[in-house]
Amino acid sequence: MTLTRDGIAYRVAQELPEGSYVNLGVGIPILVANYLDPQKEIFLHSENGILGVGPRALRGQEDLDLISAGKGYCTLISGACLFDQTISFMMMRGGHLTHAVLGAIEVAANGDFANWRVPSQAVPGVGGAMDLAVGVPNTFVAMNHVTNKGQPKIVNRCTAPLTARQCVKRIFTDMAVIDVARDGLVLREVLPGLSPDEIQKNTEAPLKVAADCREIDVPMTFKGIQLRQ
Amino acid sequence: MIDKSLATCAEAVASVFDGATLMFGGFGNAGMPGRLIEALRAKGARDLVIISNGAGTGNFALGALFGDGCARKWIGSFPSPSAAQFRDRYLKGDVEIELVPQGTLVERIRCAGAGLGGFFTPTGAGTELAAGKETRVIDGREFLVEKPLSADFAFLKAHRGDRLGNLAYRGTMRNFNMVMATAAKVVVAEVDELVPVGALNPEDVHTPGIFVDHVVQVARHPRLLEVEARDEEKAS
Repeated sequence: MTLTRDGIAYRVAQELPEGSYVNLGVGIPILVANYLDPQKEIFLHSENGILGVGPRALRGQEDLDLISAGKGYCTLISGACLFDQTISFMMMRGGHLTHAVLGAIEVAANGDFANWRVPSQAVPGVGGAMDLAVGVPNTFVAMNHVTNKGQPKIVNRCTAPLTARQCVKRIFTDMAVIDVARDGLVLREVLPGLSPDEIQKNTEAPLKVAADCREIDVPMTFKGIQLRQ
Repeated sequence: MIDKSLATCAEAVASVFDGATLMFGGFGNAGMPGRLIEALRAKGARDLVIISNGAGTGNFALGALFGDGCARKWIGSFPSPSAAQFRDRYLKGDVEIELVPQGTLVERIRCAGAGLGGFFTPTGAGTELAAGKETRVIDGREFLVEKPLSADFAFLKAHRGDRLGNLAYRGTMRNFNMVMATAAKVVVAEVDELVPVGALNPEDVHTPGIFVDHVVQVARHPRLLEVEARDEEKAS
């Protein structure tokens, strides 16, 4: 049993404190938006010039000039602001956003990570991933723990083209929450039913088990069996 | 009297020459100068170098400009998976790619507009996009040396403009338009509405007219008046 994609997103959302300014990448990260605590004031950033992205626009109420980075029609929350790409990337690269949640192809024990190009991809595209990774103080990765083929994605050294070096602070997967510490990876939380040994078996890089390592606290609805080939 | 307004998009693109370097504003369809690009396609040009964040989608405007085979090189950050015409040209070897991280693209353009000779960025250091680039260690951190990026023409889209070239945007139209307005020899803006001088509140002018050479009022391209099909996976 592992966590569903929504389960990973739910767990990441618990990690974002009031006053966070957060950029969410495509894939599992964008699902985090669905689980933010409405009691907390948290601003979502979109690289094309929004701080305060709201829910997707309802059908029939789309504003053609208002889209988020994934090109979907969006809304703004109260207190949102709009700006151009120069200001937007100053927020990202300049360390003003507090959190970035990104997907990854691989994360290495030293916080290097790769998320922008799979080697088989015909046409390369990089977008804003590298700017977020180098600039945002809390760069989190949200991803499945292993590939579809069961290969570890948390590795000693990345083999896919790097997005940035030594920038990932915390990894949230369908099995565990892992911190990237100065001297290696620290297992902080495990999915109920899995042992630290089982997490290690699915992780290439060595894990140190935190003294206060505990179970991931997510509602039962997010725990499911994901079939792997 | 200063009058930067032009009657048609055809006039606005008439001086584009073969081999020219062009910037196009826009992120997705927001702030994309669809009519100007279509006028450029109608006029025809060859060996263009195109600077834009994405590489267009679908069978019109930027995507179709690549499909027409007008470009020999693209400098940008993110060709969408649906940029089929661009992909086909690239895979045939017709178009060269200079891939630039988005923030570096923005800042290279800003540098050109600001009269600077370059800048140091941590973005891309230690990655394959650093290949061939000069590096500099500042206070123990490695930076890439990046150079300014300018163009012969910049084609922009704004919501409202006046004959002085002052521009105002709405929603997420500002994106690359504001910075590109500063970095080309000839800057042309397509606007939904050309308003009399004084009608734009000075507090709400986003692009000062000094940066803009021509303004064309034109109804949006019909394809830019449709709500695009939803793809929940594209959500961001």
